[in-house]
Amino acid sequence: MATDGLHENETLASLKSEAESLKGKLEEERAKLHDVELHQVAERVEALGQFVMKTRRTLKGHGNKVLCMDWCKDKRRIVSSSQDGKVIVWDSFTTNKEHAVTMPCTWVMACAYAPSGCAIACGGLDNKCSVYPLTFDKNENMAAKKKSVAMHTNYLSACSFTNSDMQILTASGDGTCALWDVESGQLLQSFHGHGADVLCLDLAPSETGNTFVSGGCDKKAMVWDMRSGQCVQAFETHESDINSVRYYPSGDAFASGSDDATCRLYDLRADREVAIYSKESIIFGASSVDFSLSGLGLIVFSESTHRYLRIESEIVPCN
Amino acid sequence: MERVVVSMQDPDQGVKMRSQRLLITVIPHAVAGSDIVEWLIQKYCISEEEALHLGTLLVRHGYLYPLRDPLSLLLQPDDTPYRFQTPYFWTSTQWPAAELDYAIYLAKKNIRKQGALVDHEKEHYNQLHRKISHTWDLVVMQAREQLRAAKQRRKGDRLVIACQEQTFWLVHRPPPGVPSVLEQGPERGSCTARRVQMTKNMDFYRREIEYCRKALGRTRVKSSVCLEAYLKFSSQHGPHDPIMSGCLPSNPWIADSDTYWVVNAPSVAAPTKLRVDRWGFSFRELLEDPVGRAHFMEFLRKEFSAENLSFWEACEELRHGGQAQVPALVDAVYEQFLAPGAARWVNIDSHTMERTLEGLRRPHRYVLDDAQLHIYMLMKKDSYPRFLKSDMYRGLLAEAVVPPETKWRVFPFMRKPRRSSPSPALLASMEPAAAAGGPRGGDGEA
Repeated sequence: MATDGLHENETLASLKSEAESLKGKLEEERAKLHDVELHQVAERVEALGQFVMKTRRTLKGHGNKVLCMDWCKDKRRIVSSSQDGKVIVWDSFTTNKEHAVTMPCTWVMACAYAPSGCAIACGGLDNKCSVYPLTFDKNENMAAKKKSVAMHTNYLSACSFTNSDMQILTASGDGTCALWDVESGQLLQSFHGHGADVLCLDLAPSETGNTFVSGGCDKKAMVWDMRSGQCVQAFETHESDINSVRYYPSGDAFASGSDDATCRLYDLRADREVAIYSKESIIFGASSVDFSLSGLGLIVFSESTHRYLRIESEIVPCN
Repeated sequence: MERVVVSMQDPDQGVKMRSQRLLITVIPHAVAGSDIVEWLIQKYCISEEEALHLGTLLVRHGYLYPLRDPLSLLLQPDDTPYRFQTPYFWTSTQWPAAELDYAIYLAKKNIRKQGALVDHEKEHYNQLHRKISHTWDLVVMQAREQLRAAKQRRKGDRLVIACQEQTFWLVHRPPPGVPSVLEQGPERGSCTARRVQMTKNMDFYRREIEYCRKALGRTRVKSSVCLEAYLKFSSQHGPHDPIMSGCLPSNPWIADSDTYWVVNAPSVAAPTKLRVDRWGFSFRELLEDPVGRAHFMEFLRKEFSAENLSFWEACEELRHGGQAQVPALVDAVYEQFLAPGAARWVNIDSHTMERTLEGLRRPHRYVLDDAQLHIYMLMKKDSYPRFLKSDMYRGLLAEAVVPPETKWRVFPFMRKPRRSSPSPALLASMEPAAAAGGPRGGDGEA
């Protein structure tokens, strides 16, 4: 490569300028169809008013910060993982602990419940994602049946089962996401494109079920095609690491929460950001976002405070 | 965070500061906890609870410190005096809190209090003594020197500096049981660091250009259309959202009764009205609900097109199944649905069929995607609308139950005990491999 010298520099510069100009054109195109702001449309929806959020259950048992949790499809069980290396499965309705596993590493940053409710997946600083079948047999040690599924070169930040127990999608600090076959541990597809650690991912609730979105430290949220491994759309308007992404229930949009203390809503069909949620008094980043069933509410958690936003307008505080 | 603190110290618009009397000494520039909370409320238009929370965070991160000798960092919304930590000690400077410095601090404290250190500090002190015993003389000398220098200052200053140091070390060496605010997890490759690593070479730009070209070619929808879609979706689903509209018979988390879940269980004989309504929202909603799907299958049987749904289900199984089962499943699907003269032959247009058969030469899990999409669209555009207009669906709507709202018991001691439910894992292990889907071991392994 060094021998090309001047020729290479020329093409590098020209490629760079071409990329810049195309990006500019893309922004123009995106802006052309932006004919109305969200809050204008939202004026027609009746105001939601004060929303009261009360703690209904407190689950005590972790020794240190709880880093991740996931609901089971039965809507009452959850799996949670913490900084001290423990992963616990709770029946949160009765607050009973049903299973507990001690991971060989601390900072278990990702955990997920299988759709069937028969297994959990977790991982963190060990750079791996392991699947533990849940067993009630007292003679069996859960750790003994553990399946090591994913292997990354840096910490695991997020994992999620796809529509079945057989496949897992993972996101890692090494900047990639990957799709794995649980049974064999085989890598089915990898997704390269983030310029820094990938922190979160969410599967799209679409009819054809083929895409997912991931957010990373490079401030980008990227939508991927699971079949081809290609990035289908990318959005780069955040000003800091994106901690959490979640699809709008219809699958046409997704929200992202970031360390820049804002949440943004991106529409996939319009291919642009359509709303920013922020408030001066919120100084900490948003660590987790989720939609209510109808999409009318977006619940955001950050160290500043719990917040509940109306999808269309500004932030409504909750107690 | 620092932005907030700096504006708080602004002489004109900042928090009202006064000189505090602390026993005999007078400390200037101190603020009361309640003043801080009030100022936050006013400046940011937030509620009292939030202001308290925000203030507490500032204290926990060491930007404010209480003047009365504290052992924990809390914000008391009353007269308790606080002061702003000097920027030298701000956590954001990321001044490495070295062991040596900590040793000196502990030694000073030890000397001052003549051995009366708090438990965890005593432990640390002994640990450090063991670790750096070779330079211990230096540590003690430094400590003595600093104390001597401090004695030459006014009592007020001495108190202030002592408090500042104390807060600094409370943040950097928290007592046991208090979560450390500094622990942020594994170091994230910061954007600047990684960008430097990711060489901006020709490949990178080529990929960017390709992505941009593709993106430019994509059709976009007007914002107004998209936003209208949200409104429509939300208003349609609003009544189904427990947060917005509550849930019948009762919210399990408030009433401690799991009836709501029982009534809406995945395979229940009598679906609720709301549930049956949802089947009419979109084809996806119908298929996602096992009860809905079963009724749809029945409907298709009457129309002699049930093989479409079965084919679709088989394709889903293929797509989401284990890698090892792919070849066998592909063969099975072909035999049953696609081969000429197959038992349940599905009607696909010749173009798609050709492409599929071509792909079957080298089967992979997505080989049937085209055919699956074709059949899906067929069902969606044709069978589904007919289903919604059918007598069967109308009958289901009429029969659907609306669970009566149970009165919320006001007296807590009459509350029923919360029923536990069998874990799905347990249920699966009891059914001998009868679970739908790919082959599984009989003991609940996924």
